[in-house]
Amino acid sequence: MTEPERIAGKPSWTLGSGLNFAAAILLAAVAILTSRGAHAADDVTLSLTLKDHKFDPAELHAPPGTPIDIKVKNLNDIVSEFESSDLHFEKIVPVGSEAVVHVRPQQPGKYNFYDDFHHDTQGYLIVP
Amino acid sequence: MLAALLIVFREVFEAGLIVGIVMAVTSGVPRRTVWISGGVAAGVLGACVVALFTGGLSELFGGSGQEIFNASILGFAVLMLTWHNVWMARHGREMAADLRATGEAVAAGSKSLAALGAVVAIAVLREGSEVVLFLYGVAAAQGGASFAMVIGGVIGLVLGSLICLMTYLGLVTIPTRYLFGVTSALITLLAAGMAAQAVAFLEQAGILTALDETVWNTSWILSDSSYPGRALHTLIGYVDQPTAMQLIVYAATLAVIVVLMKLFASPTQRRPHIAAAE
Repeated sequence: MTEPERIAGKPSWTLGSGLNFAAAILLAAVAILTSRGAHAADDVTLSLTLKDHKFDPAELHAPPGTPIDIKVKNLNDIVSEFESSDLHFEKIVPVGSEAVVHVRPQQPGKYNFYDDFHHDTQGYLIVP
Repeated sequence: MLAALLIVFREVFEAGLIVGIVMAVTSGVPRRTVWISGGVAAGVLGACVVALFTGGLSELFGGSGQEIFNASILGFAVLMLTWHNVWMARHGREMAADLRATGEAVAAGSKSLAALGAVVAIAVLREGSEVVLFLYGVAAAQGGASFAMVIGGVIGLVLGSLICLMTYLGLVTIPTRYLFGVTSALITLLAAGMAAQAVAFLEQAGILTALDETVWNTSWILSDSSYPGRALHTLIGYVDQPTAMQLIVYAATLAVIVVLMKLFASPTQRRPHIAAAE
């Protein structure tokens, strides 16, 4: 068999380099994007605390069509996972620390969020 | 006990689907159980390490450490799955004929075991770190692991492992000549789903906010937090409210993998008339 092997000659070497290059570009992009500061100034920022396994406030309000940043501070004595199926976020919040999650603009409605490690802890985001 | 059972079951179930697929994909390749078990063990160890360093990790990158970590390891898993598919497209066609055939086919399968082992480790690490954090947290708060918690965790582990077994058994009933095509497709969809999941983490961190419109809402048909929804989420990347960016990255990942597989396919596949004439 004498057909030329072209790119197919050393697939793992070329592919490996290609993938490494792509990964490096991606990492550089992320580094640049995060250095800018992740949360835009025109987002609505809502804050709540988690204490004695209750959110305070348990109801948040935000206008429709605006990106939202929700900050939660864990004042429980145990790690929590701040999560919402409706709003599509999940983030571990260690004891004593504050976590921020960015939520995409929402239509009017009532959206549920909770502590995945303690399901009795429930809260709602209300968008009029 | 129920809380521990449910959390352990849910996370083992999601990781178990991936382990089951990888076991089926490597069926017939020698020592693959060693590599995959190694991947699971590495994942468990990694989960403990991640759980230990969660505090520090969360603070990195201006509070976006968790999301960037998750997006990065998912991205790495996508690269590993892509490599596997392309490698098998180059060398694995022979395996479609007979999984226990030539030394070259078997050797080809072995080379991708490290890549698939890494994918398994990543899946177990991601799901496992939540389990470790939860169980450790509960134990610490109540002054030690209660018997109920341990039992709940063990039952959850057993049930979740059953899912892995069922996935594997279901896949290996596929006739050999179709198995290669089916597993390639499964791996491609798995990779596309993971890429979209990585995007979701970056959106959650507020790093990637372009094209964040919700394109459709199928939560009334199947919620991605229900068990069938989670299965579909793990297997093909189903999300009930995808953003435009997630869909674009999903489609792009599918396209890139398919194109790379065709580009690197073995010469006899690309020019069957020449091979026949030899």
